[in-house]
Amino acid sequence: MIQKIDAKKMVVTGDYAAAYGALLCDVDVVAAYPITPQTIIVEEFSTFVNDGITDAEFIMVESEHSAMSACIAAQAAGARTFTATSSQGLALMHEMLSIASALRLPIVMPVVNRTVAAPIGIWCEYNDTMPQRDSGWLQMSCEDNQEVLDMIIMAYKMGEHKDVLLPVMPALDAFILSHTVEPVDAPSSDEVLDFISHYKPHAILDPDNPMAIGTFTPPEYIQELRYQHHVAMNNARKVIKDVTKEFAQKFGRDYHGLIEAYKCDDAEVVLITMGTVTGTARDIVDEMRAKGKKVGLIKLRFYRPFPIEEIRKIAENVDAIGVYDRSISYGTGGPMFIETKNALYGMEKPVVNFLAGLGGRDVVKGDVEKMFEILLKAKEGEAKEEIYWINTRGVSI
Amino acid sequence: MEIEAKHHPMDKYLRADRIPHIWCPGCGLGTALNCFLYALEELNIDPDNLAVVSGIGCTGRIAGYLNVDSYHTTHGRAIPFATGLKLAKPDMKVVVFSGDGDLFAIGGNHFIHAARRNMDMTVLCVNNYNYGMTGGQLAPTTPMEARTTTSPYGNLEHPFNLCHVAAASGAVYVARWTTLHVRRLKESIKEALNKKGFSFVEILSPCPTAYGRRNRSPTGLDMMKYYQEHSVIKHGIDPSEADIEIGGDIIVGKFVDIEKPTFNEMVKELIEKARK
Repeated sequence: MIQKIDAKKMVVTGDYAAAYGALLCDVDVVAAYPITPQTIIVEEFSTFVNDGITDAEFIMVESEHSAMSACIAAQAAGARTFTATSSQGLALMHEMLSIASALRLPIVMPVVNRTVAAPIGIWCEYNDTMPQRDSGWLQMSCEDNQEVLDMIIMAYKMGEHKDVLLPVMPALDAFILSHTVEPVDAPSSDEVLDFISHYKPHAILDPDNPMAIGTFTPPEYIQELRYQHHVAMNNARKVIKDVTKEFAQKFGRDYHGLIEAYKCDDAEVVLITMGTVTGTARDIVDEMRAKGKKVGLIKLRFYRPFPIEEIRKIAENVDAIGVYDRSISYGTGGPMFIETKNALYGMEKPVVNFLAGLGGRDVVKGDVEKMFEILLKAKEGEAKEEIYWINTRGVSI
Repeated sequence: MEIEAKHHPMDKYLRADRIPHIWCPGCGLGTALNCFLYALEELNIDPDNLAVVSGIGCTGRIAGYLNVDSYHTTHGRAIPFATGLKLAKPDMKVVVFSGDGDLFAIGGNHFIHAARRNMDMTVLCVNNYNYGMTGGQLAPTTPMEARTTTSPYGNLEHPFNLCHVAAASGAVYVARWTTLHVRRLKESIKEALNKKGFSFVEILSPCPTAYGRRNRSPTGLDMMKYYQEHSVIKHGIDPSEADIEIGGDIIVGKFVDIEKPTFNEMVKELIEKARK
């Protein structure tokens, strides 16, 4: 249990916001391994334990693989668990990710998006989380530190919903959020626990009522498990919308479900972004609107489940769609671009991909403006390429 | 008298464009690296026939600073990389230079198996009792009761005695020094480099920034004084008797120096036998 904590306004890093979110959710077990730029999340949490604010169990294990293993077992034993990682740590954890999701354990794990080697870098790129697409987790990305805190709270409610029962991976951009302070409104622990309620595990390891978990399973059974997992991921679409709505009613901040549309109603072209670049893009939309250009923005919040219907609905009324990606599936395009093309199948709309900010390179207003300019050309059928590498040496646009 | 030099005598072994290094004032890594470079120089090792592999962490930066074939691998995997290198290039001298967190936490499994196999390589482990680069978390080498960011009331987990682990796993050469013992450390590194098989040198190093300031040794000098007051040289001692405890003696010296066929030799012998 945690001590009663009053609502307060804080000026904190994204990492702190994530740790604080876990504290308010009264998690029982945290197992973690340090990796830049995530370390502060679990370090802050260990301080909460140290200060006696929570009686959660905290253990520093010997690798991320062990961290996820410990969380899986703790969650299976009936605990609400939390961990966090980044980059190589997530890659090392990969084996355990699909075990957590297939055992239907609603663990919450923020991931600080950081480039995956080689070469080694510590800055923001999405090539750590995007390859986890088929791990069966709910995956989403946050725009600011407030959303990080709110999303940790919502993640437990979404993941633990009886129609979902899946782990959730909210992502935040390395350094741009993880190490940058912003004002954040934190609700009281009572409000949060009233919102998410205490964890009621759907099945627990109980010595009096023994159960085997993850045992050798023949082909007669596995396919149905995969189907149920698929259904649960589809169910998550409604649950995400319901939870964000309920959150808005209770806490006054509306995240609009899987996506947030900005000035899309009469837009001729729309850009899809994820993460912190969204804030920059919102500014550019305002500036271009002031010049009479009908541009709009879709902030993609969830990558899994992917908001197929939402994007199709907006796409019906626009002439061209751009997708900004911060990672690349080599030879094909950005992962969100691939998903968007899949979502828009049969619609005959030009879809253009913009790659920028890889390895943590800054994405500035001029870069986003260039994306919109190319989109306006694409609307006239004048885009030369399908994939544009923005601000890249050796590439001229 | 002013002494001015445009070049460091060891510059030839370093990638000058990567210097200045990232290590904190008072850190022992510069000393550890220096001892290694002097060992190379004195043994007249051909840099073209030397590969240095590092994992992740402060010590992991060493590979990038050296002007030899070097590989900055992923966290914990320096030894498997080095194993692959040695198998592909048996005549090459292969050195793993990495930290305690890298070699004994996330990479612990690889260490014991390379030692068991007696892979012909030298492992130099800089032990600063914590994860320095990420800000000073509890490591498998953190002494009992020591404070770290994740053990603010003191560590309650038993640490590894690295030399004991190495010896028990089958290493043919095991030694421990601190960065205070520069000449002895250099001599040990030379012996380890000359040794056929899996040789291991533990280098105790100050980490004032992340470890020292939480454990009453806020400067590198404090930690060096601590080494001076507490180090006891005991060559040939059973390394199981050389645990590291706060306030206790730091047993240093050469603990193991034995002969055993290496993995590559065993493979060669097996092939010859099979062909007969």
